[in-house]
Amino acid sequence: MSIKIQELTHTYNPGSPFETHALKNINLTIEPGEFIGLIGHTGSGKSTLIQHLNGLLKPTSGSIWIDGTDITKPGIKLKDIRKKVGLVFQYPEYQLFEETVAKDIAFGPANLNLDEQEIQKRVKEAMEMVKLPYEGLKDRSPFDLSGGQRRRVAIAGVLAMKPDILILDEPTASLDPRGRDEILDQIKTLHRQQQLTVILVSHSMEDIGRLVDRIIVMHQGTVALTGSPRTIFQQAEMLEEIGLGVPQITHLMKSMNQRGCALPEDVFTVEEAKEVILSYLRGSQHA
Amino acid sequence: MEMNQQKPIIEVKGLTFEYRSHDEADLIALKEVTLNVSKGEHLVVIGHNGSGKSTLAKHLNALLLPTAGTVLVAGMDTKKQELLWEIRQTAGMVFQNPDNQIVATIVEEDVAFGPENLGIDPAEIGIRVTNALHRVDMSDYRHKAPHLLSGGQKQRIAIAGVIAMKPACIIFDEPTAMLDPSGRREVVNAIRNLNREEGITVIHITHFMEEAVEAHRVVVMEDGQLVMQGTPREVFARVDELKALGLDVPQMTDLAAELRSEGIDLPEDVLTVEEMVNHLCQLKSKN
Repeated sequence: MSIKIQELTHTYNPGSPFETHALKNINLTIEPGEFIGLIGHTGSGKSTLIQHLNGLLKPTSGSIWIDGTDITKPGIKLKDIRKKVGLVFQYPEYQLFEETVAKDIAFGPANLNLDEQEIQKRVKEAMEMVKLPYEGLKDRSPFDLSGGQRRRVAIAGVLAMKPDILILDEPTASLDPRGRDEILDQIKTLHRQQQLTVILVSHSMEDIGRLVDRIIVMHQGTVALTGSPRTIFQQAEMLEEIGLGVPQITHLMKSMNQRGCALPEDVFTVEEAKEVILSYLRGSQHA
Repeated sequence: MEMNQQKPIIEVKGLTFEYRSHDEADLIALKEVTLNVSKGEHLVVIGHNGSGKSTLAKHLNALLLPTAGTVLVAGMDTKKQELLWEIRQTAGMVFQNPDNQIVATIVEEDVAFGPENLGIDPAEIGIRVTNALHRVDMSDYRHKAPHLLSGGQKQRIAIAGVIAMKPACIIFDEPTAMLDPSGRREVVNAIRNLNREEGITVIHITHFMEEAVEAHRVVVMEDGQLVMQGTPREVFARVDELKALGLDVPQMTDLAAELRSEGIDLPEDVLTVEEMVNHLCQLKSKN
């Protein structure tokens, strides 16, 4: 399912002393099945942009096409948009409210007028997708679970809507390293198995470099850069100027090259760096 | 490191804490934890979600009181109700979400809030606010509204509010979890300066292993107990044990371990990009 954004502008509090131009003339196309990393410092417009994609915010001007439908037109039903576009907010576990895990996950689908059997089927599938044991947890209160489990319940609630486009705003903030890797690996699996279009907002350049097909860099309400991780992370100085950075491993490669090496700079993970450094060191032994 | 060896500023002895739960068995969050923190020390606490880090932190300024054992802050027993304000003035706390810690609509009023509650003379408060803002490099924002600041700036205002109380010790509970890369750098630099230049004892809880690299000592918590401690070099050299606990090591330490497993002659305790570059260049020149 594709997303097409044309000339999108959003101004908060227009005409008042607090007028803020949060988005300025954004043009973007996201292809079906793409895994997008959306980065930018706080206040760059990331959250404002994603809230437009499921109709939470209306543009000041411009249009947004989801799967060929202009969702900014009058008469569009928000329910239809939200069936297609699932949005997981920051700290989504704070929005859990039901007595049991199963009821909380069922809340979205229950509003789609599905029959009870279909709803329960979706709850079970969604819990399996985020690796929560259905039998063990369905009747538990979400408030008795750990932080990482609560976050999965919240993500399962969005997945139970069976969206074609999944948008996650910093889904791993304040999770420990294991919880972070589990959630990111599950998102990666969902993307691969179900051909979901995924938009991941993250401050971790390491996670972005490891996971996504394409990066969109936002700065001051505009799209500053877009391209593959390889092309984006070559612009280290520019990224640092706008409050971002490159993965540590990329930083290592660049530092080595400043000392006269000739290593590739489009390396983001420990595994890739290991291979590059081994061949660099061993290459010289045979020289 | 200049640390007063005679009398620790924080003494935790045999601390046990049980959370009361209404339907299930009481959860033992801390089990006989014993820990001393020296004056001027920079201590980092790591451990996965639910390991007891935050519960421990909340005991250090009497937000929680021990079920068994004692916590002494500058010799004061946190169980003594009449010492509560003196304890909180000695050990200040900075939390994860800056938005939950800011109370006023103008930066200087927010920073003055703590000292005002202590009944300090207004002229003295003015001096303290000036100093506190200067120390976190936020002097230019004195008359601004906090809600217009970035996450890193807001968090530094929260830190200034604690500094204005003139604490001997500050406990930071995941202060960078919600920040973008530049915000994280700003806050980490502010914490380091408070410790190195002002001699304030720092206890810093984090999931970002890179933030632990500059500490004097790292302690690792698991299941309510301290399971490892030492200098960052000593602790992070135990890559396999940390990974078994679901934790990370700094990426450079991880890379060094991977390369060592291939027979490359690198030390176990590489922590930073700069160290890695130096080691690799030396290896290369030997060949």
